[in-house]
Amino acid sequence: MRSFTYERAATPADAARAVASHPNAKFIAGGTNLLDLMKLEIETPAHLIDVGQLGLDRIEKAGDGIRIGTLVSNTALSAHERVREDYPVLTRAIQAGASGQLRNKATTGGNLLQRTRCIYFYDTNMPCNKRAPGSGCAAIGGISRQLGVIGTSDACIATYPGDMAVAMRVLDAAVETIRPDGTMRSIPIADFHRLWGDTPHIETVLEPGELITHVYLPKPLGGKQFYAKVRDRRSYAFALVSVAAVIQPDGTGWVAFGGVAPKPWRVPEADAMLPHGAKAVVDRAFADARPTEDNAFKIPLARRTLAGVLADAKA
Amino acid sequence: MKFEEPAGQNLFDRAKIVGKSTPRIDGPLKVSGRAPYAYERHDVAPNQAYGWIVGSAIAKGRITAMNLADARRAPGVLGIVAATEHKPVGTSRFNHAPLFGGTEIAHYHQAIAVVVAETFEQARAAAGLIRTEYADGEGSFDLAKVAPGAPLASEKLPDYNRLGDFQAAFASAPVTVDQRYTTPDEAHAMMEPFATIAAWEGDALTIWTSNQMVAWSKRALASILGMPADKIRVDSPYVGGGFGGKLFIRADAVMAALAAKAVNRPVKLAMQRPLMFNNSTHRPATIQRVRLGAGRDGRITAIAHENWSGNITGEDGENATLQTPKLYTGANRLLENRTAQLDLPEGNAMRAPGEAPGHMALEVAMDELAEALGMDPVELRIVNDAKGNLPGEPEMKISDRNLERCLRTGAERFGWSARKAAPAQMREGRKLVGLGVAAGYRAAPTQKSAARVSLGADGTIAVETDMTDIGTGSYTIIAQTAAEAMGVPLNRVRVDLGDSLSPVSAGSGGQWGAASSTAGVYAACVNLRRMIGEKLGFDGDAATFANGHATLGEQSHALSDAGALSATGEMEFGAFQKEYDIGTYAAHFAEVAVDAYTGETSIRRMLSVCDAGRIINPLSARSQVIGAMVMAAGATLTEDLHVDKRFGYFANHDLASYEVPVHADIPSQECIFLDTLDPMISPLKAKGVGELGICGPGAAIANAVYNATGIRMRDYPLTLDKYLDRLPAIA
Repeated sequence: MRSFTYERAATPADAARAVASHPNAKFIAGGTNLLDLMKLEIETPAHLIDVGQLGLDRIEKAGDGIRIGTLVSNTALSAHERVREDYPVLTRAIQAGASGQLRNKATTGGNLLQRTRCIYFYDTNMPCNKRAPGSGCAAIGGISRQLGVIGTSDACIATYPGDMAVAMRVLDAAVETIRPDGTMRSIPIADFHRLWGDTPHIETVLEPGELITHVYLPKPLGGKQFYAKVRDRRSYAFALVSVAAVIQPDGTGWVAFGGVAPKPWRVPEADAMLPHGAKAVVDRAFADARPTEDNAFKIPLARRTLAGVLADAKA
Repeated sequence: MKFEEPAGQNLFDRAKIVGKSTPRIDGPLKVSGRAPYAYERHDVAPNQAYGWIVGSAIAKGRITAMNLADARRAPGVLGIVAATEHKPVGTSRFNHAPLFGGTEIAHYHQAIAVVVAETFEQARAAAGLIRTEYADGEGSFDLAKVAPGAPLASEKLPDYNRLGDFQAAFASAPVTVDQRYTTPDEAHAMMEPFATIAAWEGDALTIWTSNQMVAWSKRALASILGMPADKIRVDSPYVGGGFGGKLFIRADAVMAALAAKAVNRPVKLAMQRPLMFNNSTHRPATIQRVRLGAGRDGRITAIAHENWSGNITGEDGENATLQTPKLYTGANRLLENRTAQLDLPEGNAMRAPGEAPGHMALEVAMDELAEALGMDPVELRIVNDAKGNLPGEPEMKISDRNLERCLRTGAERFGWSARKAAPAQMREGRKLVGLGVAAGYRAAPTQKSAARVSLGADGTIAVETDMTDIGTGSYTIIAQTAAEAMGVPLNRVRVDLGDSLSPVSAGSGGQWGAASSTAGVYAACVNLRRMIGEKLGFDGDAATFANGHATLGEQSHALSDAGALSATGEMEFGAFQKEYDIGTYAAHFAEVAVDAYTGETSIRRMLSVCDAGRIINPLSARSQVIGAMVMAAGATLTEDLHVDKRFGYFANHDLASYEVPVHADIPSQECIFLDTLDPMISPLKAKGVGELGICGPGAAIANAVYNATGIRMRDYPLTLDKYLDRLPAIA
């Protein structure tokens, strides 16, 4: 871990300005991911702006939906009564991730920014375009069973590893931010994470210094809500494939996949295929997939996982 | 004292403490944080500096340059011991790979430097400033590729073993199985990493460390550092898991010792978790071929087990054939164990080396044979259970073996009769349900073991021995043994373990610790009883020691009447044992549910029925067995060190990517001990169970997965990607 300086921001605007004005600064909230990465020198910020005291830790009714402060912990969000009743897919997704201890510390905004778990990203001896731009990708041609099958590039085949955002994607959440100049904007979660392309080190559309303040969930969708996470062990593991789905009584609905792409993977045209069954959905959602030999199983696994969800929805 | 003939009736047959479930005497210390592990021994040496180990970034080749200047200038840095500036350390007979080998790199994450600083954070930060350049070398990393050319590990038993004419018997057998199985490289993944505090006083070195074998390690460290063993003290009272990974001196001890010398201060360090998987040892992967030929009555007439593994020296691989001639007596036998040279990190002992992966092949092959015969797999094992003698060169007598009882007891307790013989017949909603069984065999070796037992003026008893407690419960069984032999309550016995200043014990390894160390304590107690008798004027051998008194005829004395006395004793094990096959036996059962959609396998319940002679402490023995069952579950379902054959290393080298079981994977475990005694093993008639518990449960799980799904998998671990396409079709 490199030495760094630290300050506590008093307001969201101050925090955004502080990061923007420093050449190598980062926000820190729960630190469940960032501190690990700093210990391994995968992240080497010179300055940390602690946003933990900004008071953005409430869940409020907002129009037909709810507004979640960026500092709401995973535990609090998943346990919130409105969330459990109106957005159960989100509760299930959060509780499928990490451990109780981590969920107590991890925040809503921080979780959206969780970085990939590719084992080559984590080993600083190995080439990695995400960690060291231009150094190459050891995962391509390497151990890739856990990695992405779609939306990847010749520069990077890592995945976005989280669960919470997959549920938010199916709920069409919006990420609300403040920029260093004090302006605010709302980014549809569909647009929030970028595909890797030639710049896998740039993972979201956030501008330098732009701070997540809230996540907005629109009007509840109703229906039956599912988060099916398939992994090698029954807990405390990242998804091989996960499926977040909201299924209406008439068989229509919305579905997003986790563990397969640089972002929660949802294809609106594939949603439309839900009444035709899992195969039709997955064929459409993964039409452009380019898996490796090691991870090609994720596509039939996605189909089978969704089929299980649809069977449970009918039951 | 020498154990020269089978144990007759003795005080342990009337035991009041030995054989009773006894909570760990070190438990209160452990749950209240007062049992300091190696890294936490802040009080043993003043002014401890912090070390940080730097690992090689390449797997094979050499270092051409190390730039240490920035690191040396970094805040708080006291010194750096680097491969380019230090001659290679020596070797010991226990280590295959160099622990600090100069500029030649033999494997990934080989220690190439240690940075010492005032604080942990400073040492870590400075280590990040070292720039090392390498010249890559060529290495051999692919077992499947080199296995066909691998030579026999040796021409001697147990690497090469023939009985009768296997080829002819197999060719003429009416029912046969001929299958290949693979098991991956596995990591010990113990919770406590390697950790050492080292301090020099003149030319004498003390290490406070985490090690299973104190006396071995003292000698090995002397050889590695080129100094006399009597100038070294090793202290390892608490060990947070070893599983064979801590049988030997590792880089933590060597680097701490060199660092402490360099900075002239005590140095503490713990190996970083990401280094644990490639810097240290692992269980080598195996490729196994098993051939079984049987008559229609199920009797095996031909049995062959061939095994291929690799290691960095081309020697001492993972011999998966060990259990095969012990479990089943097929009249015609062929065993061959071959070891290839690989440039991966060093393979070495891990819990039941050889037998753990061996059962994962043999006991699945038995399931396949049972199916081919149309016979119940429990009955097939009973039909082929060895009785009386084990055939071979030389023929061995069996000491005490109750495998059939294990199988029958387990079948009844587990509800085996509910199993459907044809696979894929039991379905509960989305879940395909199946039951599996496997037999288990693990040898019960003994090693000579010594202890010092002292009587305090207040009548308390103190035991000192360099025996280790690696979480197994040694403290407690040693206290039980001393309390029983000296006739005092358990709370009047103090036990000090793990210090090389104490008499040399068997140590913790190979499932020999419980039997051997308690026998050594008994030997010391016998000597102390004699001394007490001499002091008070009676025959200590003939007296009864109970309730804090020694009684002979009309004479009765409180032990405290003898005043403070101390006796050492050592148990040596006589040659008569070599005529016997002294083993431990188990029947393992598992029920699994496989999701018909996703292929996720969940273990629902496991049962192991164990036959290991007297169980000194059923409570801690149960913990040993269920812990081993967990480890077997991991080996069967998730654990897999992925070899990146381009770079030559284990790529998933942390606990996020090397998946050991979590609580959710292990819902229900049961362990039953048969009430047996083995008079051939020791005066306590007690055998170890720590490795027995991992010999077979994996195959029981694999067989249950087959019973659930009808899909036979022979490549471990049984992850869903390997059988997804064979699951029932979905809409």
